[in-house]
Amino acid sequence: MNNKIKMSGANEKLLQTPSQTAGPFFAYGLTPEQYQYDFTSIADGGLADEKNGAALITIAGQVFDGEDQPISDALIEIWQADADGNYHTQYHNIPISPYHFTGFGRMGTGANTETGFTFQTIKPGSAEGQAPHVNVIVFMRGLLTHAYTRIYFSDEVAANSKDIVLNSVEEKRRDTLISQLTATAEGHPVYKFDIHMQGGKETVFFDV
Amino acid sequence: MQRDWSVHPPYLYPDYKSTVLRTPTKLLVPLKHSLSEITGPVYGHEVIGKYDHDLTKNGIKDGEPLGERIVVCGKVMDECGKPIRNTLIEIWQANAAGRYIHKVDQHNAPPDPNFFGAGRCLTDDEGNYKFYTIKPGAYPWGNHYNAWRPNHIHFSLFGNNIASRLITQMYFPGDPLFEFDPIFNGVPAKARSLLISKFKLELTEPGFALGYEFNIVLRGNNETPFETK
Repeated sequence: MNNKIKMSGANEKLLQTPSQTAGPFFAYGLTPEQYQYDFTSIADGGLADEKNGAALITIAGQVFDGEDQPISDALIEIWQADADGNYHTQYHNIPISPYHFTGFGRMGTGANTETGFTFQTIKPGSAEGQAPHVNVIVFMRGLLTHAYTRIYFSDEVAANSKDIVLNSVEEKRRDTLISQLTATAEGHPVYKFDIHMQGGKETVFFDV
Repeated sequence: MQRDWSVHPPYLYPDYKSTVLRTPTKLLVPLKHSLSEITGPVYGHEVIGKYDHDLTKNGIKDGEPLGERIVVCGKVMDECGKPIRNTLIEIWQANAAGRYIHKVDQHNAPPDPNFFGAGRCLTDDEGNYKFYTIKPGAYPWGNHYNAWRPNHIHFSLFGNNIASRLITQMYFPGDPLFEFDPIFNGVPAKARSLLISKFKLELTEPGFALGYEFNIVLRGNNETPFETK
């Protein structure tokens, strides 16, 4: 192995494989159905539907560059707990539910008429006492290493005020992490969450 | 394990011009891992189609794809060398002429009607994976005058959780374009060789395809979630 390095101790560790940009052409590999390629998608913007029995929500937004232009070739992935605050992984040992809620969604921002992403999902419950939130991974051309952020909810004021992660962020930037309940669509709430890569409204990104 | 910023590219790398307006300018906020970070989606064989690992077959319309057939295989492991089992790998790439099937690729090299250029597989119980494909061609891009991307295959991996999520690119040994490519050179110098596959005669399938090995090291899973009570 050429990626072995000697650490100061006796333990040898392998170096992590470096990240590279997803580039502009990921869609037929990672989001093929959304972009109408003839290949199945492992995930898309629909994490849940009426069959889930839990209250549906929509999270929609756009990704903006440093000149406030919407970015049409970003890839947004979300990862969230279910309404009870459980992550559907082997960690929680929850069998795949009959309605196939996996908690994982993935959308490119360039396939819709309005540049951006729209996830239909359920509102996550609190996990480990944290305020309800959705974990977000951002990839795009021009981003050599992906960026992590979180989506919190504007109607969870009490839980947000006690959240250990939100409170670790300087107060004037916390709003960049909180999606705004703006409307209802087909009877369910719509939360708006824009991601600003730069500028006065630059979204908080975490060193995950 | 934390993200090792001594091997990953920085956000801002001005030689790669698209980074200038698209990368965070403020310091990342430290985040102690909780369940949110030490969990991640789990995909199994139900998402893998019969020819998903074989890009020489999965796009066939009326004949064989053109170009040099290759085998790309390797092991996915954590920093301690422990195999990462049954994890999803997704790949995408240009065809032999350097053209992506993606609708917005404007390069005037010919599309190949029998090559789609994307696939996926799971690692096995030892962390090993194998793809069959066509060696991708180099192609020009608009970053600077006479800019060309080295031959590469895009790889996307999940690993054990969302903290180990990785999208990267695999390159081919001896590519003369390395020194001119700001995406490759965005990686700190000591780590660039980790992105270059190795030609292996023992992986080469006689009379069929050249063999390349590309091992992938993802962040391990040894964080303990914090206690909030």
